Amino acid sequence: MSKVKTGMGRRSFIKNVSLAGGGLIIGFNWLACKRAAEESGKEMALEMPDEWFEINGYLKIGDNGVVTIYSPNPEIGQNVKTSMPMLVAEELDVDWKNVIVEQAPLNTDIFTRQLAGGSQSIRQGWEPLRMAGATARQMLLTAAASQWEVPVSELFVENGIITHTGSDRSIGFGEIARAAAQVEVPEEVELKDNSDFKIIGTSRKNVDAKGIITGKPLFGIDINRDDMLIAMIVQPPAFGMELKSMDAAKAKEMSGITDIFTIDTYPEDMEREWSDVAAFSKLVVVVGESTWQVMQAKKALNVDWDLNPELTKQIQILEKSAGLAEGGGLENSDTHYSLMAQLGPNKSETVRKDGEPAAAFRNAARVIERSYTCPFLAHNCMEPMNFFANVTNDKAELLGPIQTPEYAEKSVSKRLGLDLEKIDIQMTRMGGGFGRRLYGNFLVEAAVISHKMGAPIKLVYTREDDMTNGVYRPAYHVTYRAALDGNNNLTAFHVNAGGMTESPLFANRFPAGAVDNYLAESWTIESNISTGAFRAPRSNFIAGAEQSFLDELAEEMGQDPIQFRLDMLKRAQNDPVGENNDYDAARYAGVLEVVRDKAGWDNGSSTSSRGVAAYYCHNSYVAQILDMNLKDNEPVIDKVTCAVDCGIVVNPDAAKNMVEGGTIDGIGHALYSELTFKDGATQQSNFDSYRLIRHREAPKKIDVHFIENGIDPTGLGEPPFPPVQGALANALYKATGKRIYKQPFYPEIGTESREIKT
Amino acid sequence: MAEFNLTINGEKHHLNVDPNTPLLWVLRDNLKLVGTKYGCGIAQCGACTVHFNGSAVRSCQVPISAVKDNEITTIEGLSEEGDHPVQKAWLEHDVPQCGYCQAGQIMAATALLKNNPSPSDEEIEDVMNGNICRCGTYTRIKAAIKTASNSTV
Repeated sequence: MSKVKTGMGRRSFIKNVSLAGGGLIIGFNWLACKRAAEESGKEMALEMPDEWFEINGYLKIGDNGVVTIYSPNPEIGQNVKTSMPMLVAEELDVDWKNVIVEQAPLNTDIFTRQLAGGSQSIRQGWEPLRMAGATARQMLLTAAASQWEVPVSELFVENGIITHTGSDRSIGFGEIARAAAQVEVPEEVELKDNSDFKIIGTSRKNVDAKGIITGKPLFGIDINRDDMLIAMIVQPPAFGMELKSMDAAKAKEMSGITDIFTIDTYPEDMEREWSDVAAFSKLVVVVGESTWQVMQAKKALNVDWDLNPELTKQIQILEKSAGLAEGGGLENSDTHYSLMAQLGPNKSETVRKDGEPAAAFRNAARVIERSYTCPFLAHNCMEPMNFFANVTNDKAELLGPIQTPEYAEKSVSKRLGLDLEKIDIQMTRMGGGFGRRLYGNFLVEAAVISHKMGAPIKLVYTREDDMTNGVYRPAYHVTYRAALDGNNNLTAFHVNAGGMTESPLFANRFPAGAVDNYLAESWTIESNISTGAFRAPRSNFIAGAEQSFLDELAEEMGQDPIQFRLDMLKRAQNDPVGENNDYDAARYAGVLEVVRDKAGWDNGSSTSSRGVAAYYCHNSYVAQILDMNLKDNEPVIDKVTCAVDCGIVVNPDAAKNMVEGGTIDGIGHALYSELTFKDGATQQSNFDSYRLIRHREAPKKIDVHFIENGIDPTGLGEPPFPPVQGALANALYKATGKRIYKQPFYPEIGTESREIKT
Repeated sequence: MAEFNLTINGEKHHLNVDPNTPLLWVLRDNLKLVGTKYGCGIAQCGACTVHFNGSAVRSCQVPISAVKDNEITTIEGLSEEGDHPVQKAWLEHDVPQCGYCQAGQIMAATALLKNNPSPSDEEIEDVMNGNICRCGTYTRIKAAIKTASNSTV
């Protein structure tokens, strides 16, 4: 057992977690469910208590022993809504079947880092959540000990029942909860040894599964309130354009339309948070009674757009400096790729240098050089952007899908001049996040609209609005060079990486540390197109490119791709080059060894074309072997074998689901997905033109193996997504004989280029 | 605007809406049945799938004027207790990640199994190909359909 200091007084622990203003709760409401069950004469699985006792900000206990645990972090499908409460329940020693989970609202007094991003929820919540459960348990024990006049040390707890074996007495949590709520919060508590876990490490069903499969209102877009109006935006048709004027006369007359006006979400003088990414600040807004009516009015609007002189001039200067034909200042994909290939490397900055790479390349017997590139991507959460806002001059009630409620609250405060205490943010379950909902421009827009209307509104984006709104995964470019001596030894490694509008380079990741002469360079090119974090930022391109290059390198050197990596990792472990090598070589090798074994890599029995890749990001290690065949020039993925080291796995089956999902997602984007630009506008705005992976194209089988090492948990939302792209590229090479250097891969498969048809 | 009488999940409703309003938006905005989801509006993603006389249709493409006397079943009406064999299979395999597409997947899957109680993998893929899952639960969806197919025969 380990002792931890709670560092919390009663004041901060006991706070009112219920809604400010007592209004809208959305979600699977157990009380309503029970009432419905009673009305239909059926049994409810869980009896509701008559009275609840708030023990601390993370949980309350009912007088019948039912426990409500508040899940602090936003839920985007990564299932922290189940696994975070599991951590609390473990240390509380309650029976999981007596646990109800509710989404906590934003509450910076009780919770830290209520954010979905960076695959950090479990890693950073590991200790605090367990501590919350342990302190509650300690308070329950103290209350029971006091009631029975025995020392706490003589008490035993299991499944929500406290027992004093000496006097053969026992009491349930429910019966002692009232007394426990009066106990002083202990300064120090003991956490369990990993070997004593009863809940952590066991598979538990998704706490929202029943609500999801029966169509309960769980998502922000599902919010309905009697006096609510629907709002939609109209945004410029291209990046580099802005609103000039509009004629709303005809649209305003249409049935169900309440008002049409313009807003400026982020005025010039407003200091933006990092999360306030928005290419289009000035928007047209249509407000009406129903979604369909507002959609029709949007189409009837006459809006004039103009070139933004500042933005378009910037692009023209860029094109000129690269010697490219100057467009009107609006961007095109062809230009993007030319800029990245030509201009980028000339703007490089050295980020890391070990040894004497220039000399090594000069003296090389052979130099292998390859370049890789990828397009902008839209996040395309299945649930389009939306948010509910009810804002007055005195307070703001906000409810909806947001990955960064704490930052959004600050933005609303600044934008509307409201104190933070006057702003209440409740998080709904999200129909996907993938990084898009880190940037709450839609939340601020909803707040501004509601404030202007003096009414509660639900802002909804159409799929077209969503896909053309920006905040894309950047377009990237990387060139790798490797120097081989006369004996086919790798003597130098050079990576030059950049992108629009950020570089994907991680200078300290493998193979840094494994090569004597190493050079890592970085550059960026500006663009009017707004970009942001997309599942596994930067890794989501560079992992695949790097793992393709290592594969090609291994082939040139006549080595097996896995052994080649293992040998380098051994070097990095025993005799590392340089400092700050950002990976544990032994753990990295570990996942490669496991995947090699589990996929039967060496026994040559596979009838598929196989590719391997491994990567370390967001604190976790993943190795994948992808097996595929070509059928009528269509890639058919038979199997992906995954080995994952993310430390202790809290909820094994749910973790497996995440690895499966990340694997499918990585394959899909690498194969099929792409945004292309013509005159500043995306050529794709819905799923008829933007291709996402579908049932037919998913792998037939995905095997997942977790390394068991007892290390404190690290993240899983992102790590499986990058490396599978490299495994896919390498398998495609085996299947086609052709290496593909440009994502998406699909058009390049086979001898002729072809278009992506959706 | 026009008057319509509809039967949704066995319940009668009387509405006054634009005849061109897609069934999807009547369900969500007028009847507050929000289990049926909006994902694209152009029948490309399947999130809006409902049953029209037992057949799977994309409700974003069904104008309310076309519904008439036909029986419409939404996810809310698939079963009273959430215990349709397909729903039970979904729980058994703990299918959902974000969950947004799942109502549409389930409606497509139940219609598939009604027409074809023991589908092959290929048949499952072909019919379900119209339903996008952005989170990538495809392998679990297939497993759940196969489990349900064994139990509905």
